[in-house]
Amino acid sequence: MKFLLNPMSVLKHYLPRSAGAIGICVLFGSLTACGPADIPTGINDPNEARNRGVHEWNKRVDTQLLGGSEEGAEAEIPLSEDEGQPTAGIDDSIEGGATDAPARGASNALIALSNFGTNLDNPRRVVNSLLQVRPGDAAHNTLRFGINSTVGILGLIDVAGAAGLPEIDTDFGETLHVWGVSEGNFQELPVVGPSTQRDTAGMAVDFVMNPLWYVFPWPQNLVANGFTWAGEATDRFRYSDTVDSIYRDSADSYAQSRLIYLQNRRFEMSRGEVTENDESIDLFEELYGD
Amino acid sequence: MVTDLSRRSFGALGLGACASLAMPSGAFAMTTESASALVSKLVNDINKVIASGKSESAMYRDFEKIFVKYADVSSIALVSLGADRRRASKSQLKAYTKAYQGYIARKYGKRFREFIGGRLELQSAKPVKKYVEVTTIAHLRGEAPFDVKFLVSDRSGREKFINMYIEGVNMVLTEKTEIGSMLDRRGGDINALIADLGKAS
Repeated sequence: MKFLLNPMSVLKHYLPRSAGAIGICVLFGSLTACGPADIPTGINDPNEARNRGVHEWNKRVDTQLLGGSEEGAEAEIPLSEDEGQPTAGIDDSIEGGATDAPARGASNALIALSNFGTNLDNPRRVVNSLLQVRPGDAAHNTLRFGINSTVGILGLIDVAGAAGLPEIDTDFGETLHVWGVSEGNFQELPVVGPSTQRDTAGMAVDFVMNPLWYVFPWPQNLVANGFTWAGEATDRFRYSDTVDSIYRDSADSYAQSRLIYLQNRRFEMSRGEVTENDESIDLFEELYGD
Repeated sequence: MVTDLSRRSFGALGLGACASLAMPSGAFAMTTESASALVSKLVNDINKVIASGKSESAMYRDFEKIFVKYADVSSIALVSLGADRRRASKSQLKAYTKAYQGYIARKYGKRFREFIGGRLELQSAKPVKKYVEVTTIAHLRGEAPFDVKFLVSDRSGREKFINMYIEGVNMVLTEKTEIGSMLDRRGGDINALIADLGKAS
């Protein structure tokens, strides 16, 4: 890990913050006039063969780290004869699944860790919101940061969320989108998983520009950043049922995870629009036209 | 939004009244209100099950029934099969639709596990082409609220939802991809697909 992070601290000394920030603004300043990029439909994956290789590797790592449960076996469920009336077989599978659910205590600890990491990551979000010229979002997350860091006991509890100030997540990938940079090709990254060319570039910039690097001295800044990564890593456990169902139950986990990533990402980029640009509506038109 | 809805509802009420005179009973024009009402009933049913305090397995059974009651499962099934539905025989289509319904009910019934301890809240509705998009917000334990949309259609004769979008993830496109992959794996054999669907979850 250290070999990855040392260049950061080195870079920090050679690249004065303000100069770097101004450079970025000047570099992309001309793009802001163009408005956000179009939200594409369909799948743009010219490097599918390579991506599939990385996906298989990711799956192997995931199974080795977490110990794959052989849940595939439970798929042997007899179908009920009359529609809509589940048989006892379905009950068994459901109860089998229920016992695999994490204990409540474990999930509380995970939520606290996730909250803590998410809260520490707020300065990075605020910077991105400002770069996107969304001062409302920046103020919103600044307020969340203030409330959760104090009343929320250093961010362990998402008090602001409970009080009606939910997290507005953003990243430099979205900033690039707002600046007019299009999605690019789909990519499967080792460990990280599905991405696009734009989002990968965004991730790299987010990594370097996270204010935590510059606010805290070395090595506290590494610890702080580490918590933000751990917060994100908790998703793998908090949504383990969902991830497992995609990885192990689907006929083609690569195609499923690619589609789900792109749809969710496009939804985020369009700020909540789905049906305006929905290919499936045309499929229903075709069906009703038959 | 509110004024927009109520203005629309006046027009819709007038239209609805005319339609009810002209059409046989049971058929009526879908409006943003009627679609919202459908999703509202769906949400109430889901919330009722969540609040019932039943065992998890009993809840999944209830969720399955809710899914079958409110979704246009056969249209969803046919769209998920894609162009391959044109080369399937009538009896194959019937068997496929039935297997698909069981598959979807199991898969998404299980998914509703995550809703236990949470609630869905109706947010807004708007017409999209010939359909109505109804937005709800899911408030789940320990999570930022997230967006669940339903696309409601009356084109099969009854108002039902034909698609669901969880944070933008389109259920029908996701299942179309999955069915396509299953069919590919079986070299395009529809009977083998039907058998696989009976086992998949």
